Amino acid sequence: MSVTDVSVGPFLGRLSLHSLPFWQMLQHPTEDNIINGCIATGAASMVVIGAIVTVALLTKYRLWSVLWSDWVTSVDHKKIGIMYVVIAFVMLARALIEAALMRGQQAFGLGGGFLSPDHFAQLFSTHGTIMIFFMAMPFLTGVINYVMPMQIGARDVSFPVLNSISLGLTAAGAALVMISLVIGKFSTGGWFGYPPYTEANFSPGVGPDYWIWSLSLASLGSTFTGINFAVTIYKERAPGMKLMRMPMFTWTALCTAILMIFAMPPLTVATAQLALDRYLSFHYFTNALGGNMMHFVNLFWLFGHPEVYILILPAFGVYSEVISTFSSKVLYGYGSLVAATMAIGVLSFTVWLHHFFTMGQSANINAVFGIASMLIGIPTGVKIYDWMLTMFRGRVRFTVPMVYSIGFILLFVLGGMSGILLANPTVDYQVHNTVFLVAHFHNVAVPGVLFGMIAAYHFWFPKAFGFRLNERWGIFSALCWIFGFMLAFFPLYALGIMGLPRRTVAYTEPSYVPLEWAAFLGALLILAALAGLLVQLWVSIKHRDENRVFAGDPWDGRSLEWSMSAPPPEYNFAVIPVVRGRDAFTMAKEEGTAFQPRDAYADIELPKNSAMGPMIAAIGFALAFGLVWHIWWMVVLFFVAAVVTMIVRGFARDTTRIVMADEVRLEHRRWLDAVSVATAISRAEEREPANAGLALHEADGVVP
Amino acid sequence: MSQEVMKHPGLNLGSAHGKDNEAAERMMFGFWVFMMSDAILFGMVFATYVTSIRATAGGPGPHDLYNIKSVFIETMLLLTSSFAFGMASLALKYKHSKTRLIGWLAVTLVLGVSFLGFELHDFITMFAQGGVPSRSGHLSAFFDLVPLHGLHVTAACIWLVCLAGQIARYGLDTETKLGIMRLALFWHFLDIVWIAIFSVVYLAGLT
Repeated sequence: MSVTDVSVGPFLGRLSLHSLPFWQMLQHPTEDNIINGCIATGAASMVVIGAIVTVALLTKYRLWSVLWSDWVTSVDHKKIGIMYVVIAFVMLARALIEAALMRGQQAFGLGGGFLSPDHFAQLFSTHGTIMIFFMAMPFLTGVINYVMPMQIGARDVSFPVLNSISLGLTAAGAALVMISLVIGKFSTGGWFGYPPYTEANFSPGVGPDYWIWSLSLASLGSTFTGINFAVTIYKERAPGMKLMRMPMFTWTALCTAILMIFAMPPLTVATAQLALDRYLSFHYFTNALGGNMMHFVNLFWLFGHPEVYILILPAFGVYSEVISTFSSKVLYGYGSLVAATMAIGVLSFTVWLHHFFTMGQSANINAVFGIASMLIGIPTGVKIYDWMLTMFRGRVRFTVPMVYSIGFILLFVLGGMSGILLANPTVDYQVHNTVFLVAHFHNVAVPGVLFGMIAAYHFWFPKAFGFRLNERWGIFSALCWIFGFMLAFFPLYALGIMGLPRRTVAYTEPSYVPLEWAAFLGALLILAALAGLLVQLWVSIKHRDENRVFAGDPWDGRSLEWSMSAPPPEYNFAVIPVVRGRDAFTMAKEEGTAFQPRDAYADIELPKNSAMGPMIAAIGFALAFGLVWHIWWMVVLFFVAAVVTMIVRGFARDTTRIVMADEVRLEHRRWLDAVSVATAISRAEEREPANAGLALHEADGVVP
Repeated sequence: MSQEVMKHPGLNLGSAHGKDNEAAERMMFGFWVFMMSDAILFGMVFATYVTSIRATAGGPGPHDLYNIKSVFIETMLLLTSSFAFGMASLALKYKHSKTRLIGWLAVTLVLGVSFLGFELHDFITMFAQGGVPSRSGHLSAFFDLVPLHGLHVTAACIWLVCLAGQIARYGLDTETKLGIMRLALFWHFLDIVWIAIFSVVYLAGLT
């Protein structure tokens, strides 16, 4: 799109018919335009149809008021967590389809292919942006939101309304990325949007603006989330829950929260400065008048590297919980895992330069950062050994989360090894900007982060919804993920060494073709894995009554979230527990103090629902949309709306409500009655319908 | 006093405030954490400025544009406003009359707004001399850092007015007390940032 065919009107800004995905195809019906136009229009229709179907279903089943009062205005950390995970799954589906499209293009890419370079560039930009900011981040934020307060014996996070606002900001960012499919085009500058290419001179369209504002919304939300989680873990722990008694997942949540607090501001600064360059002709990163794009590169990776650990640490926490639970053993080397987590947190701020070894530093500086990067392998290696030793002589069951965990251990070690290779600047010079790098970071991100999050989904789903997910489809999906991943990314190592640059739409080297086809088949297998997850959810919901686990402890869990009904009451604990050691629930089961009625129940104060979250989401979305399209009245209007909303909220009082002690007692008794009639089942039967959520506790490490 | 348990770093309301003091713990701790994040934000912008000092691209530099006299007045105004807010905090803690509290808050606000007035005047003068952000990397960095602080002060002034409104509406309840406590921290924080700006931008730029 050239500057001249953009109509700048006062009312609609840059919006015009050119912004529609099929317009160019209608105006200039060449073969290329038609293929790319059809794909873009198909994608846009999926968004529009998806929205229409959702609205229609909500109307048909009269669910609008349920959606409003039970979900979007809810400040319950559990519901907010679930909504985060829903966003993550929707975005995962889109980004996976894009990935398969890219692999398809490359399979046919010898001398051309079917996608235009511009279209291909949009695909890899949205794929990366979504996977990092709108799949992985919401997923881990959702899981931490759901699990962490229960693990530390709290009723909610410290700031429940802020939590809802964080969700709103993330949702607004995700919505902005989705609307870019329908109106206008997304950035072609990759997920890290390097200037000067993303400056107004080279990318005058709306793409980089979509990228800037969706990231700004998401990073603001993540900053608040980080603050909220850190304060919760420091201030809301139950009596006796000392730091060194916290479950490993909570430790990783704490470390991730701290990283969010420190690492999100550099991203905010980088995107804000790029926006100032684009909107007000500043010169931070331009080629002319003293701008320096290296500022952006440094700021971005000062965020970007800690971000990698923001993503992976909660997954490490999940693996720790899953492996310990499904081996029926105490987590091996708890202290070393805590130390390793914190060491990774600190080291994550010392390695950002390895993302641009080739961009002009001296060899000595590269050497320092190369060594620092290799150092991260040490604490990570410690963790791998700890997990393996946890399984050693344990009562290991190959449940779905466990299959993901074992797949993770095997594949992640390989990904880590290729990372050690890349951490050597001399090697990096050879393979940088090739698909070798793409293979490396997918090899740590997919088995590391994504497998961890899907394992968490399977592990805690019964807690959240009161029934277990179907095992057969779960295993099918897990195997498709594992083998699909291997098929899709191992060839890329070879292709990278053979010299295929990343982000290349087409190539002229025939020897690439077989490997590209292998990778394409892998991508299709991964799509099958996604379909498997969908079928699994469908089947599980259909057969939910046979798989209920109301008693709440289907896997013989070790931490406090398993010590309540499934799904838990909104206040979590009828009476706040007193913690006497690590693995608090296992201790309670061994001492016979679990599932005991209490003598006295007290009134519980809970925060009332608040419309702040959805309002900030709507305002944030509209503000960002106005900024993208230069619709200035909209920008001013919604900026004022944002300020007014915050001021009005300051005047809110009477923001809590009371759940009466009697109600708490009745609910608690109802659950205890269900526990007393449930049959305790052994670990051999935990995947059978007999599992009603009451575990026959076995001594540590006993092999039956 | 010495036996009093500190609920959070900084000035505590103290046990005489009962449940308000209890409620302060998580709120004030959370605000400290937020300021930590904000400090990183300023740190990054400072880094941008320091690495862009020579990027004047032939345009006007510090000696052509900075007016140390005006900046010194701004510094004094802001430091005095911080003192005034300190007095307001003491009035809140020791339950002096509400008039005294409001009085000190009003002094703070007047000084804060005067600071903004002087700063705005500085910017206008710089613009008139060709010191616009689109002129060079150096000026871009300047207009990132100094107005970012100014925007923070503006937000703090608006917050102060809103708190005054809340006091008028609800009196000194838990929310208004904690609001004043948090704004006090924020105000002093912005003072510290300004001292860094005064030293790094103005003093270092003019030597």
